[in-house]
Amino acid sequence: MQAIYDWAQDLYQRTGINLVFIYEEYERVRFIEGLQNTIWLAIICVILSVVIGVVGAWLQGSHFRILRLVVAGYIQFFRNTPPLVQLLFFYFALGKTLENLGVMPMYDAGGWQQPLIGNFGWAVVSLSFFAGSFNVEIFRSGIEAVPTSTREAAEALGYTRLKSYIYIILPLAFRVSLPALNNNLVNLVKTTTLAYVIAVPEMMYTANQIWSDNVNVPEMMTTLFFVYITLVGVLVWLMHRWERSMRVPGFGQTA
Amino acid sequence: MNARAAIPGIAAPANTDLPVLAPAAARLSKNTTRERQEGAWRLELKAWYGFVLFALLLLAIGVAEAQSGGDSDRSLIATLVRWMPVILWINGNGFVLNLLISFFAMAIGTVGGAALGLGQISIYKPVRVICWSVTQFFRNSPWLVLLFAIMLLFPFEVRILGEIYSIPAWMKATIGFSLPVMANLSEVVRGAVQSIDTGQWESSEALAFSRMQQLWMIILPQCFKRMIPPWMNWYAILTMATPLCSIMGVEEAVNLAQQAMAAEDSRPELLAPFYTFLMLVFFIYCYPIARWTIYLERRYTVKN
Amino acid sequence: MTERLTEKSWTPDQPMVSIKDVHKSFGKLEVLKGITFDVMKGEVICVIGPSGSGKSTLIRCVNALNNIDKGSIKVEGQEVNDPKLDKLELRKKVGMVFQQYNLFPHKTALENVMMAPIHVLKKDKAEVEAHARALVKKVRLEGKESNYPGELSGGQQQRVAIARSLAMDPDVMLFDEVTAALDPETVKEVLFTIRDLAEDGMTCMLVTHEMGFARELANHIYFTDRGVIVEHGPPKSFFKEAKDPRTQEFLSQIL
Repeated sequence: MQAIYDWAQDLYQRTGINLVFIYEEYERVRFIEGLQNTIWLAIICVILSVVIGVVGAWLQGSHFRILRLVVAGYIQFFRNTPPLVQLLFFYFALGKTLENLGVMPMYDAGGWQQPLIGNFGWAVVSLSFFAGSFNVEIFRSGIEAVPTSTREAAEALGYTRLKSYIYIILPLAFRVSLPALNNNLVNLVKTTTLAYVIAVPEMMYTANQIWSDNVNVPEMMTTLFFVYITLVGVLVWLMHRWERSMRVPGFGQTA
Repeated sequence: MNARAAIPGIAAPANTDLPVLAPAAARLSKNTTRERQEGAWRLELKAWYGFVLFALLLLAIGVAEAQSGGDSDRSLIATLVRWMPVILWINGNGFVLNLLISFFAMAIGTVGGAALGLGQISIYKPVRVICWSVTQFFRNSPWLVLLFAIMLLFPFEVRILGEIYSIPAWMKATIGFSLPVMANLSEVVRGAVQSIDTGQWESSEALAFSRMQQLWMIILPQCFKRMIPPWMNWYAILTMATPLCSIMGVEEAVNLAQQAMAAEDSRPELLAPFYTFLMLVFFIYCYPIARWTIYLERRYTVKN
Repeated sequence: MTERLTEKSWTPDQPMVSIKDVHKSFGKLEVLKGITFDVMKGEVICVIGPSGSGKSTLIRCVNALNNIDKGSIKVEGQEVNDPKLDKLELRKKVGMVFQQYNLFPHKTALENVMMAPIHVLKKDKAEVEAHARALVKKVRLEGKESNYPGELSGGQQQRVAIARSLAMDPDVMLFDEVTAALDPETVKEVLFTIRDLAEDGMTCMLVTHEMGFARELANHIYFTDRGVIVEHGPPKSFFKEAKDPRTQEFLSQIL
């Protein structure tokens, strides 16, 4: 590892290309932390958004018209407004207001009070609701995609409702939903950069800090592009492999 | 009669029409492939959102009034009304600037996207590879990163014929926005061209049309109609994304709203009304576009 | 330059289309395994056979829509397989009509017929229009010139497609299963048109399933199966005295 650091230092001396986040430990730690936060943000948001999607899909089948309307309203609102405004709304309009009203639980972070849901928390909430709104429709379509005849066949074979869901309906629904879910995931990774505006130390923010301190904007920019494109590229590739291995021939594809 | 009698469903078309695929799955699959192709979901704005937003605005104002104790010379509606011209159109900034950025970015993106899209189907491999790489690069980069890159790396003044012209921030933002739009439109164009039945290529080739003639006289005229709905969808998405440049100090609607709130001593009860107002404004602009897109698409599909 | 010389040395007593030992594979699948026959000027030949026997591929090779791997195809003495061949020149001599008509949907019937002579042959517009109208009349579609393909029936579209190919004044016409996508009543219209063409002396190569038509009009019939010509002969002897068991089996299914 030290060899790589030395090489980067050497590169700087020889050509002036300043990859300070490699050779200097402080910056290196910051950079890796930023990368971790981006990946962390993406993962948590995905999991949360899936939960939201499942709950929303379940509520959409409810008997109460009010619930159905609320879910529909939620979906349309989050899909058709810019995620930046949603983020600002959650953090400022909701978060700060809750703090001012004294409703937000605070905890002692070694001398000063920190809100329980800080900027990272609100970023998670906002992005999860954003991605979740797409997921509700995806899961709803996935479940409806299983033909009633299949459900009846399961029932005729003696499966209970729960078992038929676990063994037959959900696996099929999942395979149908998978491409759309993957689209969502890739989008989410790209959208995490928005957390920059509320000072979440993810990749974009960290890179900004590094180039502010070291005045090496072009190098950091290039690295940033490289990181995101690699992340997205790897994700898309994994996606395709997963989809291909899960594909049921003739099912889930348009004629 | 030959012993190899046609077995329905295997050697011959099936006799029943039991669907293999439930309509919901077909819809989802179609929407997903379309999303992958065009790069984004279609916006589906409904009129009643506007009313809900308006109701929310009134609610927010009401709540905020209650919070601030009903102090009449600092009344919220008056504050909002006072700041409205600033947020919307002062000095050509504000929401007007959002629209300006969206127009120019869309124009540049359309021209660039068309060129890239056609380049992706070129007969020369190097052209294809370059155009594909450029498209994938800008398509998969986060918009914010591209914006930063252009704003920071682009020169802030240019020397043309001995005169120094300064490039304002909003112009750089426009270029920053035009890049991902260009990449996505490139995919739209490519997808539209590839969706034309190969029979059209073959019959025109059999009639001795050259490749340029094929493209310009036969294939592209047919593509044009089917490119319009995704194009309009991207315009609506772009317009809604323009507030991103507020981070870079461009004085558009969101930025000015934040400045307005700061000027009003950053009273917390202003947050909800101002942001709701912003969303209402964007909705009022994007709604007709979204409706028109749906209308055009329906009209196009029926004709076919 | 060599092509020009060969062309000049071609005389009408030599075969119009000369196919010698043609092989063609799509990847590992060998579709044509050595086809040889000649077509004289003014002859009408029909190629029949089960699907997958390579008949469509063969016809498309004559027009250079597909390349051949081995062997030679000569049209009026000009080698089609030659990489230096000016494909445009070839296609001015060889016209092709497809199973799926492939009319240009954004142009009227008359414009479809007029387009190629104007843009490819660069002929005078008025002259082309007069010729086009005459052709439309010949295929018995007078009155439908301003209709778009979407407004015409399948048979009418196919006849416009024939007129479109004729507008280029070809010496050979290729028909690739042109009636396969039509219902029986409309098939007759198209066959009458082709019969008119044949009686006017046009050299025609047809891939078809219409045995009645073949019997009435063809000078020679070739039966292909799995990439080779199994049997051939003039219609009279072919249908009555088919010798090869494969031919007999095929004919028993069709007739």
